[in-house]
Amino acid sequence: MTPAIQIKDVRFRYEDMDMRFDLEVAAGRFLAVIGPSGAGKSTLLNLIAGFEVPLGGEIALMGRPAAGVSPSERPVTIVFQEHNLFPHLDVWANVALGRATHLKLDAAGEEAVRKALARVGLLGFERRRPKELSGGERQRVALARCLVRERPILLLDEPFAALGPALRRDMLELLTALWREQKLTVVLVSHDPDDARRAATDVAFVHAGRILRHGSVHQVLDATDLPELTEYLGRPL
Amino acid sequence: MRQRRRLIGAVALVLLIGLLGAPLLALLTAGLDGREVAAGAYLWDVTRFTLLQAGLSAALSVGLAVPVALALAHRPDLPGRRLLLRLFAMPMALPALVGVTGIVGIYGQAGLLSELAGWFELTRFPSIYGLAGIVLAHVFYNLPLATLLLLARLEATPVETWRIAVALGLGARDILRFIDLPAIREVLPRILSLVFMLAVASFTIVLTLGGGPGATTLEVAIYQALRFDFDPGLAARLAILQVAVSLLVAFAAGRSAVPMLVEAGTGKGRGRPQAGSRWRDGAIIGLAAVFVLGPLAAVVAGGLSRSLPSLLVDPLVMRALATSLVIGIAAACLGLIAAYALALAAAAGPARFYDVVSLVTLVVPSVVIAAGWYLLAHRLGVAGWATAPLVVLLNVLMAIPYAASVLIPAVRALAERQDRLAVSLGLTGWRRFRLIDGPLLKRQMALAFGLAGLVSLGDLGIIAIFGGDGLVTLPLLLYQRLGSYRTGDADALALVLMALTLALAWMLPRSVAGDPTP
Repeated sequence: MTPAIQIKDVRFRYEDMDMRFDLEVAAGRFLAVIGPSGAGKSTLLNLIAGFEVPLGGEIALMGRPAAGVSPSERPVTIVFQEHNLFPHLDVWANVALGRATHLKLDAAGEEAVRKALARVGLLGFERRRPKELSGGERQRVALARCLVRERPILLLDEPFAALGPALRRDMLELLTALWREQKLTVVLVSHDPDDARRAATDVAFVHAGRILRHGSVHQVLDATDLPELTEYLGRPL
Repeated sequence: MRQRRRLIGAVALVLLIGLLGAPLLALLTAGLDGREVAAGAYLWDVTRFTLLQAGLSAALSVGLAVPVALALAHRPDLPGRRLLLRLFAMPMALPALVGVTGIVGIYGQAGLLSELAGWFELTRFPSIYGLAGIVLAHVFYNLPLATLLLLARLEATPVETWRIAVALGLGARDILRFIDLPAIREVLPRILSLVFMLAVASFTIVLTLGGGPGATTLEVAIYQALRFDFDPGLAARLAILQVAVSLLVAFAAGRSAVPMLVEAGTGKGRGRPQAGSRWRDGAIIGLAAVFVLGPLAAVVAGGLSRSLPSLLVDPLVMRALATSLVIGIAAACLGLIAAYALALAAAAGPARFYDVVSLVTLVVPSVVIAAGWYLLAHRLGVAGWATAPLVVLLNVLMAIPYAASVLIPAVRALAERQDRLAVSLGLTGWRRFRLIDGPLLKRQMALAFGLAGLVSLGDLGIIAIFGGDGLVTLPLLLYQRLGSYRTGDADALALVLMALTLALAWMLPRSVAGDPTP
């Protein structure tokens, strides 16, 4: 079966750090990318999304080469930690933008927006502006927009880092439910290994611009043979 | 420690109240006791013109700044962009008289454009004096300011927003609609209010380019009532009207307040996708550059080609230069001390109160305060050189808002970080200043000193009221030469003043915005 994401010898340089990534994510998997700050986790996500152009190597998404494909044409959607919404647009418009940038939706588009909002628990919030929402609600809006985009790969860059523990758990539950229902391939960048334990099927550990370990949650998080990982997880060597 | 700071603040406050309250009281009593003036229509005309020229200036400056800022935002990699932005910041440091000299050099009857029109046998060239010239000069000063402020907002769009825009496939029109115009709308009321306020309080431009009673603003009318007619009653009424208008404008500006960015357009907007026409952006930027840099080039060219060498050995010029420097340095030193005292008091609280106090002299114009002190000095029989200390003190008052706006946040942040440690180590007073506050605040202090010096060096409002009888600064001498149509001298003097202020501005720390707190 063709992997959803295929990264072969992709090289990138950020400031003084040379990065080199190899990764395959099968369709329908939920990959958590963990690692210390500055390791290259977000860069990996940006390379997949098309915000950064690799110096070399190949990226294929859903079996098609991604080189030269603009971010909007790639089969991905993305949620950041913050600034996901346009502050002057209401919830409806922020979600509808994912469907059509002219905001003139046909009946099917209207229904898709309504369904997405209902799915993230924000029906009735359509006319609210982002500043009238809590942090968790804002991220739900961003997720709703991802739903109406109907792309098979969902990328998330520390999307719940600014939320409190209870809200974070709720959001992870919502994300997991969406992943299952929509049969998405999810890549979640997080600095918290607990996120991986709660939601992911697989984990990639990134360190100094390299993926040092990639496997199931159990294989990676319980590994004791990788000093960098052991140090990151805070376990005694 | 807090008590000592509060005491310092109280002393600064009492001095400030005295320096502001005494002239306002003098104006009020003069207004009540003054001889009867049938000035109703005149007051209305002057007020109407003040608001009209300010409204036109604000609308044109900001309206034209929008496409310029957008064009600059679209072209982060334009060759020479950083230099252009630096040059755009130049008019902010330049005394208004220098800009006026340059504008006359380009748009005046004997200016470059008139000369070009002559080649095409166009003999009727419109006069620079009056409403058109005033608005033109205000646009010259405020278009770059508005452009930099708008650009700063446009460049503050988070990189994530651009990535969302790219991911959604937004085109140039969508980006304008969903990202740029909302960002502009966010800061537009504040920038319009700021430019309107600056134009309402503009004295020098209206004094030099205003054409008689038909083109006089409240501030200039106050000056004329005192220095030409010596009619304290009329001056007082005009001053009260001016304060009322300024308060109204400040109130409106406050209501439309949105967070204003300090760092104006010096960075590049990260992540903005390429959009828009390169040629259209280039043409807009080119036209704006010619409009702003033309008058500055005219000052340099005019100054170098005319009587600069002979002027530099003229004892009158040398004395005016020395007077300007002495007043400027004294006002900068005292302004720094006063602003630091207010900042210390603000750090001990109530902070908001001192923030407002430090801005009072922006609302009560310098000419109004100077007019009040002029009346007091006149009653006491003090004139000429004897008023020089008063001129320094009034320049200090004018400089406080600028110096305090740099020092108050820096001192507050320093206090939050260092107070507990300093107290635990027993560091107080001078020792603390020498070991901690002084070294950590040196950039902010240098900037506050420089800003106070710039305000003082370029002042014409205060010196126009007190000057004469040997007390002449460089701006006053330049104004006198412009008024007597000695344009060769005026060009050379403008060049000297420009060089002086730009040298001072050049020496200032480039920015404390990236390092706003120590």
